[in-house]
Amino acid sequence: MKIKKIFETMEYGPAPESPKAALNWLEKHNNKFGYYCNGKWEQPSTKKYFNSINPSNKNVLAEISHAGEKDVNKAVKAAKKALPKWVKLGSHGRARYLYALARQIQKHSRLFAVLESMDNGKSIRETRDIDIPLVARHFYHHAGWAQLMDTELKDYKEVGVVGQIIPWNFPLLMLAWKIAPALAMGNTLVLKPAEFTSLTALLFAEICDQVGLPAGVVNIVTGFGDTGAAIVNHPDIDKIAFTGSTEVGRIIRKATAGSGKKLSLELGGKSPFIVFEDADLDSVVEGIVNAIWFNQGQVCCAGSRLLVQEGVAEKLYRKIKARMEHFRIGDSLDKCIDMGAIVDESQLKTISNLVQKGIDEGGEIYQPKCPCPTEGYFYPPTLFTNISPSATIAQQEIFGPVLVAMTFRTHAEAIKLANNTRYGLAASIWTDNINMALEVAPKVKAGVVWVNCTNVFDAAAGFGGCRESGFGREGGREGLHEYTIPRINDSFGKKPFQLPVAKKVVELTNNTIPSIDRTAKMYIGGKQCRPDGGYSNRIYSPTGQYIGEASAGNRKDIRNAVEAAHANGSWGAKPGHARAQVLYYIAENMESRKHELALRIAASLNVEIDVATEEVELSIERIYYYAALADKYDGRVHNTVAGNITIAMPESIGVMAVICPDEAPLLGFVSAVIPAITMGNNVVVVPSETSPLLATDFYQILETSDVPAGTINIVTGNQAELAEVLAKHDDVDGIWYFGGNKVSKMIEHTSAENMKRTWVSNGKYRNWYNHEQGQGEEFLRRASDIKNIWVPYGE
Amino acid sequence: MQKIKKNNGITETSEMERNDGIPFDINYIKGLRVNKSAVERRAATIGKRRSVKKEWQAAWLLRAVTCIDLTTLSGDDTPSNVQRLCAKAQNPVRHELLKAMGMHKMGITTGAVCVYHNLISDAKKALKGSNIPIAAVSTAFPAGLIPLTERLKQIELSVAAGAMEIDIVIHRQQVLTGDWEGLYNEMKLMRKACGPAHMKTILATGELSTLTNVAKASHVCMMAGADFIKTSTGKEKINATLPVSLTMIRAIRDYYEYTGYKVGFKPAGGIGKAKQALSWLMLIKEELGDEWLNNELFRFGASSLLGDIERQLEHFVTGRYSAAYRHPSS
Repeated sequence: MKIKKIFETMEYGPAPESPKAALNWLEKHNNKFGYYCNGKWEQPSTKKYFNSINPSNKNVLAEISHAGEKDVNKAVKAAKKALPKWVKLGSHGRARYLYALARQIQKHSRLFAVLESMDNGKSIRETRDIDIPLVARHFYHHAGWAQLMDTELKDYKEVGVVGQIIPWNFPLLMLAWKIAPALAMGNTLVLKPAEFTSLTALLFAEICDQVGLPAGVVNIVTGFGDTGAAIVNHPDIDKIAFTGSTEVGRIIRKATAGSGKKLSLELGGKSPFIVFEDADLDSVVEGIVNAIWFNQGQVCCAGSRLLVQEGVAEKLYRKIKARMEHFRIGDSLDKCIDMGAIVDESQLKTISNLVQKGIDEGGEIYQPKCPCPTEGYFYPPTLFTNISPSATIAQQEIFGPVLVAMTFRTHAEAIKLANNTRYGLAASIWTDNINMALEVAPKVKAGVVWVNCTNVFDAAAGFGGCRESGFGREGGREGLHEYTIPRINDSFGKKPFQLPVAKKVVELTNNTIPSIDRTAKMYIGGKQCRPDGGYSNRIYSPTGQYIGEASAGNRKDIRNAVEAAHANGSWGAKPGHARAQVLYYIAENMESRKHELALRIAASLNVEIDVATEEVELSIERIYYYAALADKYDGRVHNTVAGNITIAMPESIGVMAVICPDEAPLLGFVSAVIPAITMGNNVVVVPSETSPLLATDFYQILETSDVPAGTINIVTGNQAELAEVLAKHDDVDGIWYFGGNKVSKMIEHTSAENMKRTWVSNGKYRNWYNHEQGQGEEFLRRASDIKNIWVPYGE
Repeated sequence: MQKIKKNNGITETSEMERNDGIPFDINYIKGLRVNKSAVERRAATIGKRRSVKKEWQAAWLLRAVTCIDLTTLSGDDTPSNVQRLCAKAQNPVRHELLKAMGMHKMGITTGAVCVYHNLISDAKKALKGSNIPIAAVSTAFPAGLIPLTERLKQIELSVAAGAMEIDIVIHRQQVLTGDWEGLYNEMKLMRKACGPAHMKTILATGELSTLTNVAKASHVCMMAGADFIKTSTGKEKINATLPVSLTMIRAIRDYYEYTGYKVGFKPAGGIGKAKQALSWLMLIKEELGDEWLNNELFRFGASSLLGDIERQLEHFVTGRYSAAYRHPSS
């Protein structure tokens, strides 16, 4: 009779994936796990364990070690010890290990998939068809990079011992994103999985063992925030890679400030999903399903803000609601569901509270009538309409299956609304008009843009964000730089490089009548400006000769400079060739004023005139170097998934602050400022504090070289003070500093607030007179971010 | 498109009100867009997001059986093989298997038999006493490249011979040259020629080049009064695929939302496996809803599908993998 009834109703039934193999694996470990250190399983010094729960039914899966500081120390020690041999093993040797890891993951793919599904609550469909295949793909891809490091990246070396902290939403995938590139580039590591989801990381540790990975290369410590903090603060860690909330990312940024630790942060998001009226709305609906109801919406790049063109909004809402009624929510191992369980009770509460807030603030909520199990931690798919950008749920990341919808009138308004957020991780654009798609894609603040698709990933393309979504890329060629450092960095000095001082005092003039008093002003928005405060500093040479006066800039001058930089929309819009022409023109005008500049350098540094002339000539040559690269430092088309063109495009960071080296007053200025503007940034420059007059001479060159107003803004004065104002400025997107430890630390610490990109030298000094140290592609890389634009095709 | 019988967005009509068509609306047709890659992604995951096992699978497969247009469309068709086909249509699954599933009293037959015009009378004889309708392919199937008057005459002859469903082919040329109004007008005439018989329009999607064309052709045929829209003749190089079906299903859904008319869907050609049949049923259930999951609104055009379903059903009943020779042939 049962069949008859089903025949009549055509209902779905349960379609469970068997948990047996995963349960057997847990049992084999007595449902209790130590942490993995130096190739061995260790019990935690804290003697504390915590439970890992299956959120679909609240069953305890296993007890997990709570590793403490001592355990972390042990793991770091093991990683440090393993490092030299791992580096020495070389490209091919490491490639073999990574290949073996990829193979093992594939061979045990279903065990990983089932275990992940049980531990996290996400559907077996997702772990089986998305997470685990991407994990294997990531190791394969990076087995390739390991093999190629010797040839393709021969100017780079490993960072050292890496600390990695990953979230619970894609436990094994985030592990792969962290471990594969780290190992490929010759680093050893200590990784901490999230406390809710340690199990697949522990199974991975077992696989590391099985492939014979040398002890100490991979160490997995389990635990809570204190375990993570011990990793972050460990002095022998050379780099931290973190994926998680912006809140914790900020803590890590502050904690590592000034330590010299390399840092990559992949943080939260409130990614826009933009629908134009010409889009295939039925396909849009499925896109939305994949955007916000993938992994229960617990996805950092979830398309959680639906921006839809007004004319089709009601029609689209109707279609979304109809689709929602077809949702099936249930046990993660059921093969007939769209959504599984929320990872934990605490997360479920966060979601419920935010949804309540959305209702309280006047949003119209829609939840389908499809049944939602009550046994575990489940939350239904939710749509909010009638939401204004000011609503809490339109601004705050919910990290749950909740979509908020707003309308726009024009594409300009769509871009404005899309960028009305502190985040900048991903965006999805739906239109059948390629002109529209390719106009909007570069204008949306995001590291990843999906055109007519969403949540597509591949190891060959970088993933990462801008603004408070963090910095750094994972995947692709661009991701490798998070795990390498240029070999040239080893040659940096502990003190600034000084030119040989002249034997006697260099005289600027020998006129018998006094020279005309010159007023060096600041240069803001293409105009010479007097300082807001009305103060000037007297400038002397190292031997105490009076050189002139420079304006003492203050916070208001910085404010004005940043505004002027933002007001200039023309520079960044120019193609590389047009920027190169301006750069060449600067060089041309410098050449014609070579003698004057050389005299100024000679007097400022008290060096022989021919030494000073050489600095001018080197400066001109450096401008040529970046002018040459302006139309050549370009992107790639990544080889990712079938039927998709993935464009990796370097984009300017925006408005950058450049605190110039104090030494090499002209060459340092040119070396720091020119690469920044080469990539299309507008800059606020604080020139050398002791020899600022080269910079003020320089603005006369800018005025005659067709540099658009606001491209380069020069504020002279106390570098540390002005740097702090710039680091605290939320409308500054990046900041460079080439000086000592103290200011470096302040800049990194202070920049944590708006997550601006920082590049500080931490008291390591380049010899600007040396081409290898004073210029290079790293300058352009630091002056830009790679945006990956995914464009599927087919008609 | 004109909204007929509009009532709060969705029109309420009786269960099986026949699609009378609506006036031709070129602007609506021109505005249609289908994004192929997105449609392909949805089609690829339908069988992954949903799964039916055990009793559910058996029941679903039996439902699939009732939706089959059991078909023979060969140059060598004779009364004898058509007779066997009709016998199979009346008893598609072995009695003891049905009994084991408690389904032997449900009158399980296929949805229809589908033959060439010349075999209609043989089919009619063989199906005497059953309710199984005869579908005939018409209008110079499969290419359709004869004068309109001849095609209309064919329809009339087939209806007169006893066909209750006429599977007609559209002129691909009208799609490929964008002559949508011409297509509409021909379809209108054919629908009129069908009289009481249901008109199933074959789009021959494998020859329409793009999914957007498939969507446009679907809407034009429905505007002209098609009772069913059907993917393929089974004779094109590419026949029924899930992306094409999804496109047509969504067109049906939109048409229903605007007019209140429920139009049926028939994928044909290339569906030979039980598992494929389940994917199609899931697609229908997800995108159109349960009301479409019956042979009044859904058919498979298939000749070999039934054989695979029989084997799967026997496996469900006995737990043993089955062989084709254990099931009566058509």
